[in-house]
Amino acid sequence: MTVFDIVKSFGLKVRAGKDRLHEEVQEGYASDLLSDVIAHSRKGNIWVTIQTHPNIVAVATMKELSGIILAGGREPEADTIQKAEQEGIPILASPLFTFELVGRLYQIGISGMSPC
Amino acid sequence: MKLREIRDILDAEVITEGTDLEKEIKYVFAADLLSDVLALSKGPGALLITGVTHPQVIYAGNTIDLGAIVFVRGKQPNEATLQLAIQNQIPLLATRYIMFEACGRLYQLGMRACIEKVKNGPG
Amino acid sequence: MVRVENHIRFQEVFHIQGGNFTNAGSISSQVKEILKRAGFSDNVIRRTSIATFEAEMNVVCYADRGDLSLLITPRFLKVVVDDEGSGIHDVNLAMREGYSTANEKIRELGFGAGMGLSNIKKNTDEMLLTSKFRQGTHLEFVIYLDKQNEG
Repeated sequence: MTVFDIVKSFGLKVRAGKDRLHEEVQEGYASDLLSDVIAHSRKGNIWVTIQTHPNIVAVATMKELSGIILAGGREPEADTIQKAEQEGIPILASPLFTFELVGRLYQIGISGMSPC
Repeated sequence: MKLREIRDILDAEVITEGTDLEKEIKYVFAADLLSDVLALSKGPGALLITGVTHPQVIYAGNTIDLGAIVFVRGKQPNEATLQLAIQNQIPLLATRYIMFEACGRLYQLGMRACIEKVKNGPG
Repeated sequence: MVRVENHIRFQEVFHIQGGNFTNAGSISSQVKEILKRAGFSDNVIRRTSIATFEAEMNVVCYADRGDLSLLITPRFLKVVVDDEGSGIHDVNLAMREGYSTANEKIRELGFGAGMGLSNIKKNTDEMLLTSKFRQGTHLEFVIYLDKQNEG
């Protein structure tokens, strides 16, 4: 499944990185704590968060994540969008809050990883 | 859903002694940022799934009368958090599943959030 | 005519230490206890607790020190928070949901989502926020008591 498939399934808004939607999604990761994402996320994860500041792009780039979905109706800051375009990281937006969004992603076949 | 079933689905360990596993949980939400904890719950008795283990999560939980808290990613509460939870009668559980997996599993079995989406969000 | 609204039945002042994350939240917890013992409705307790928690967290995260006062009158509850610190540069911007000036440390602790002030606004009946940049901030909010349920 690619990032684009998720965008289509959920009608997500694409806020940045529309040229990178072909990225293959390898499971999902949800956290608002950057240190956790740095420590435990894996390459290709689609990341669900409500953090909107530019550091999220740095983290996504560092961990080679397939994209970031902002939950709860959050919008990325202008600096965040700019950085995401530079780094080629898709940023998507959903009105759904984390639990609901992750639940639905899970239902279409994106699972979390094996236990820590 | 009862706490007992939640414990089973998440292969969770019950940290607070003497917890009533028959306790009914109606809603679930997931948050690491505490203001979200406060904003998302609409009524008492919800389950919070979080990776934040310091005492502030108990204080926040207490203001909204949380039903229980599950820590994800193998995290354990520190002593201060545990004591506060016991004082405020908030059961604590811990699972080694990550937040994504924990949410997915509970959602699949029918658990839902208090507030599912913003009213004026994108999409 | 005597203004009943100005008749303060109860008043207590708490001191908040800026940067003291260990105890952050303990004051709003005490406020909740006071309101519970006083027998206010669940709705009033919940809304006041949430707003007080957010106000307390703001002082801990962004100020050097602050004083939080709880006033109980026959008609309403009022919380006043005065802090000393860098203050708020743009109050309108600060009120916007998602807008945050939190540093990395604050975010990693689970704060700094930018929801605090809007959470306060949503849970209170009146709110006033003023600030002198580089000096401090003054916040007050009021929650009306439900005549049917309160004493």
